[in-house]
Amino acid sequence: MAESDVLRAPHVLEYPYLRSLGPVLGAFFTGLRDGRILGARSADADGTPTVVVPPTEYDPATGRDVGELIEVGPGGVVTTWAWVSEPLEGQPLDRPFAWALVRPDGATTAMLHAVDAGSPEAMASGMRVVPRWRPAEARTGTLLDLACFVPEGAG
Amino acid sequence: MSEPVTTLPTPMRVEYAFTAGLAQSRYLQGIAEGKFIGQRCPKCHQVYVPPRGSCPTDGVATTDDVVLGNAGTVTTYCVVNVPFQGQSIEIPYICAQILLDGANIAFMGLIQEVPPDQVRMGMRVEAVWVDPSEWGPTMTSVKYFRPNGEPDAPYESFAKYL
Repeated sequence: MAESDVLRAPHVLEYPYLRSLGPVLGAFFTGLRDGRILGARSADADGTPTVVVPPTEYDPATGRDVGELIEVGPGGVVTTWAWVSEPLEGQPLDRPFAWALVRPDGATTAMLHAVDAGSPEAMASGMRVVPRWRPAEARTGTLLDLACFVPEGAG
Repeated sequence: MSEPVTTLPTPMRVEYAFTAGLAQSRYLQGIAEGKFIGQRCPKCHQVYVPPRGSCPTDGVATTDDVVLGNAGTVTTYCVVNVPFQGQSIEIPYICAQILLDGANIAFMGLIQEVPPDQVRMGMRVEAVWVDPSEWGPTMTSVKYFRPNGEPDAPYESFAKYL
């Protein structure tokens, strides 16, 4: 049998998980659907106040319960980023974009999201970005209700 | 505002391009012609089906094709009563290890046309194929196995394949 006779076929493996969010992430995603980014008040081991975004049910540094949820952003600062020149199926944007850690104003941690900047030359650590929301009627309570971030002033 | 969000769909999906390899491609092309093709180890002479291209005992390539029978023996089985997402067969159904005539290893097959409480170790079964116009290099060419009416195979004939 020739190598050219070797059979090849697509094989798709998919698990349709539906995750229960619990009180804290439930509130976070409810916030996104309503056009707000929520963080949780917390504190470092030495007592320095922090705001954790996305909020977790416990402080990632100390393991203690977090406090009240507060609105942060909507704008923020890119702390680090990586350029995606060939987006894959299922990624937030179908054109080249940046994966970035964005620290919303008022937060002390950064969240991972896409930045629609057009080209890597438009990206820089420390740059300011603002959210681009999906239209309110199209939001369903997922991270992509916040479609992506865009450079501040880019419209 | 509307109701709070309590759940989040988080599907995991991976898309593979599966390459069957030489041996399994040969096997699947046999399926497309309505026959089961195994391969024999040149050293221990055991016949493997579906062939993987090498003998797991001797570690040598299996190069000789062997056309196996359309009938075989149920070595062991289980009755599936548990529904699960994506299930394509109506429960209860019988999933069996079948030792095809001429093979030295059993493979898994669906048993139909017999009530679940009548299937047994040693039962002789035969493959039921879809219409030849629908044969292709896919296991959907084989609909299922069913009892072929022969007397049960003696336990000793398949004991070492359990």
